[in-house]
Amino acid sequence: MRRKELSILILFVVLCAVVAFMNPQFLSPENIQNTSRLIGTYGIFSIGVGIVVITGGIDLSVGSMFALLGVLLSMMLTEWHWPAGLTVAVILALGAGLGLIHGLLITRLRLQPFIVTLCGLLLYRGLARYIAVDTSKGFGNGEGFRWLIDFATGSVSGVPMPFVLLILVGVVTWVMLHRSVYGRHLFAVGRNEEAARYSGIQSRNVIAGAYVISGGLAGLASILIAFYTNSVSPSSHGNFYELYAIAAAVLGGCSLRGGEGSITGIVIGTALLQVLRNLVNLLDIPGSLDFAVMGAVILIGVIADQVLSSRKSQHVRL
Amino acid sequence: MHTLQMSGISKRFPGVTALDSVDFDVARGEVVAMVGENGAGKSTLMKILAGIHPPDSGTIRIHGEPVSLRSPRDAARHGVGIIHQELEIIDSLDIAANVFLGREPTFGGPLRFIDRRRIEADTAAVLARLDLRLSPRILLRELSTAHQQMVEIARAISLRAQILIMDEPTSSLTLTETEQLFRVVRDLRAEGVSVIYISHRLNEVIELADRVVVLRDGRNAGTLVRGAIGHDEMVRMMVGRDVNNFYMHHESSAEDICFEVKQMRTQRYPDCEVSLSVRRGEILGLAGLVGAGRSELAAAIYGVDRPLSGSIRIEGETIPIHSPRDAIRRGIYLIPEDRRAFGLITAMTVRENITLPALEKYSAAGLIQRSAEDAVSQKMCAELKIKTPSSEATVSNLSGGNQQKVVLAKWLSLGPKVILFDEPTRGIDVGAKAEIYQLMRRLADRGVALLMISSDMEEILGNSDRVAVMHEGRVSGVLERAECSQEAIMRLAVA
Repeated sequence: MRRKELSILILFVVLCAVVAFMNPQFLSPENIQNTSRLIGTYGIFSIGVGIVVITGGIDLSVGSMFALLGVLLSMMLTEWHWPAGLTVAVILALGAGLGLIHGLLITRLRLQPFIVTLCGLLLYRGLARYIAVDTSKGFGNGEGFRWLIDFATGSVSGVPMPFVLLILVGVVTWVMLHRSVYGRHLFAVGRNEEAARYSGIQSRNVIAGAYVISGGLAGLASILIAFYTNSVSPSSHGNFYELYAIAAAVLGGCSLRGGEGSITGIVIGTALLQVLRNLVNLLDIPGSLDFAVMGAVILIGVIADQVLSSRKSQHVRL
Repeated sequence: MHTLQMSGISKRFPGVTALDSVDFDVARGEVVAMVGENGAGKSTLMKILAGIHPPDSGTIRIHGEPVSLRSPRDAARHGVGIIHQELEIIDSLDIAANVFLGREPTFGGPLRFIDRRRIEADTAAVLARLDLRLSPRILLRELSTAHQQMVEIARAISLRAQILIMDEPTSSLTLTETEQLFRVVRDLRAEGVSVIYISHRLNEVIELADRVVVLRDGRNAGTLVRGAIGHDEMVRMMVGRDVNNFYMHHESSAEDICFEVKQMRTQRYPDCEVSLSVRRGEILGLAGLVGAGRSELAAAIYGVDRPLSGSIRIEGETIPIHSPRDAIRRGIYLIPEDRRAFGLITAMTVRENITLPALEKYSAAGLIQRSAEDAVSQKMCAELKIKTPSSEATVSNLSGGNQQKVVLAKWLSLGPKVILFDEPTRGIDVGAKAEIYQLMRRLADRGVALLMISSDMEEILGNSDRVAVMHEGRVSGVLERAECSQEAIMRLAVA
């Protein structure tokens, strides 16, 4: 494990220990289950965004995609009565498709990732509200797709399904990123796109692929989130989620300049963020300070990392 | 009296002694060249003089007074100006703003409005002195690299430094610009300015220097004064031994044509067609002034830029090339001029760089086989004598020469047919240069066709079996080995 991952893991363990000490409720089965459910859900789309960050790009659109796909999910199941299996496939394909559009705009038209996905953020939120006529969409009594609800909100011998899916997604993306040719190309493109092209890598396809992965994983997460909240209110559903993902990726060692990061780091980063939110609840900190606590801890972590690494490099550099 | 006297300067960095009791002085109105291999300590010594590093021990006197130079500002106050090897310009600003960057004259008292009129007038005067017909308002990004470098020089001159350090100032200048620079250096000398001139180009040193100071491994390795300055003497002092067979000479090469470029037009020169052919086992030198369209031609052949028209034939077969990937598939490889930007991913390891272009070869079912990667990278490190702690070292920690060898290793492990070298030894020290030349010759002997773009006349004359010369987008002539001479090449290069 590299230094960055190790230091965030230590931070995570220390934080857990402190919270558990101050409120033993933290270790109760219900709390652990609920927290791991959230870690699973957030981890899945954070991995996607993290992969985009590794290419030197950014994906700001996932939060709004959750609203749009969530609204569509509800309508497909409860209003159009599509079969659940088909619906899932369509939602995943839509997520990946939106990612592909981002990827093509960024690589073929050379638009900046920030701009393209910012427009996505605005566009999908607006579309979601328009399609849903700005009203919340629910899943009724779940008639005809009960199994899907049970699957998304259920558990495998006590482990919440989203967490199981995160492990699955994590293993697959870990192998892809850290062991496959495509993964090496991703890092190479993130470090130096031109040099990668000179080495015969089709940089544009590699980058576009990252956005497809991010979109596809956002599609998967959108289903889990929609069933978790059980109601999709298009104006607020998924708000800020893209920032959780970026924060998790950066905490986990991804550099916004590209070319650095790991799946392990992103997952630990996600877990850390969720424990922070949990901490606000358990330690009787006013809920309104939720974001402030998260911001402060991330800032302290990043400052500590910067100070430590610059001290270290002074010794190495000539 | 000496303008500058540095005596007993030592500087240690963790794990390495960069300078060990080095003495160096410059008289008023003297041009002193400093030469040495990369890592010999030239840059460190100059950084000490420029106030970037403090020395561990030793004294610096300027005009006889002991001084302590703690910052670049201190150095500037004592009249030390430096022209850096790496361009330090802001390309979104215009020439005038760059020349006066950080010391803009102002008016309006505390409001500090920039006095543009004065800046432009003073800049125009300096440009005129350099014989550059450019408006001070042109943005730097619109200038060629050579002109950008001239702006850097203009900035140093406008500082009116008493001690002017020039670190590889000609590395991207054309011949006329180099001559212009030399004229300015001689003028400055006549005005009493002391010039410290650092260069790998020994011909320039011979032409310009009153005295040469040679450094080797952080120590003084000798001094030569005008009249005694010669190529062989300098090289011997730099490497500490005689370098025989610096250039390998070529026996006759086979007659069959391996690689042809036909009627290629590039975006830079849309009205000019270029046709060239390289024989199997031959090194074809491609000479010309900077801006003659040579790098653009290489980029078009390699598929980096799309050519407007033209075709490429390899072993008699016409092949389409739309991207570097296509070129690589056909065994055509490019060693680019700027290796840090295009040749290498410097933040990755030696192993990752070497295997990058052909990871498919070292993988099964899309998964990289680490053992295969290790095997090939270790083999290439040994074969090319790449000086690195291991194949897991990060490329940015290697010296320029070793970095260039890593670029070569990428391609040599793949069985090349044609290699395009663009300035193969720019910024590389003498020892590594010789190794790269030997390697090129070995490749040629194995039947590879080599096209070598170079602005270094010695390199062209020393290595080429034939020389093609380009001028403003066209091939102005091709010289057989026997016809090659500096004069003949220069005649074709200028018209």
